[in-house]
Amino acid sequence: MSEESAGGVAKKFLYVNRKAPYGTIYALESLEVVLIGAAFEQDVSLAFLGDGVYQLVKGQNTKALEVKNFSPTFGALEDYDVTKLYVEEEALQARGLSAADLVVPVQVVSTQRMAEIMEDQDVVLNF
Amino acid sequence: MAKTMLHTVNKSPFDNGTLQTCLKFARQGSTVLLIEDGVYAAARDTTVSKQVQEALKSVSIYALKPDVEARGMQDRVMDGVRLVDYEGFVDLVAQHKAVQSWV
Repeated sequence: MSEESAGGVAKKFLYVNRKAPYGTIYALESLEVVLIGAAFEQDVSLAFLGDGVYQLVKGQNTKALEVKNFSPTFGALEDYDVTKLYVEEEALQARGLSAADLVVPVQVVSTQRMAEIMEDQDVVLNF
Repeated sequence: MAKTMLHTVNKSPFDNGTLQTCLKFARQGSTVLLIEDGVYAAARDTTVSKQVQEALKSVSIYALKPDVEARGMQDRVMDGVRLVDYEGFVDLVAQHKAVQSWV
């Protein structure tokens, strides 16, 4: 489960995103915590369930809303060695979306596979 | 314009039943304005779009454009749902007898 890293033991962290962006602060806060976890060289994965998939939708333009558009940040996660982004297939389908509609490459997984991924973690945090 | 009620919905239709409750009580000829996460109800080809299309037969439905654009939904809005900006929001409030915010 865990492997040694320079500062100690790296644990497997999964951040579960279940809320749409902007309507609440959850999505933005999750991203902040993900970046902190990555800075500490933990083994980080992100899961997107339900309305969480909306965080990744292309074409977000927050100019008129006057809040920060944080969707480009998902594209920068790779620089922090965060490359495991899992998206629930059922959530995409229910919303008329596909992987092509998202801002970054993701792994679209079944609900059962997502459950297995969750089971495999040391720490799971929901937002 | 007839003096009817303006309903606003700010919750995602996939996250809870606020939209469904609003539509159940919105009387014929009244207006529903989708704001914040409520704008996801305006999208085509979702599990709730049929219900929204059905509602369009008896109520007018608007979605707040800044909220639609922030969420990247501008190319997914179904036919029949009209977009308004903040000034349009104010006009809708002024044109109706009262506002019910389904928070």
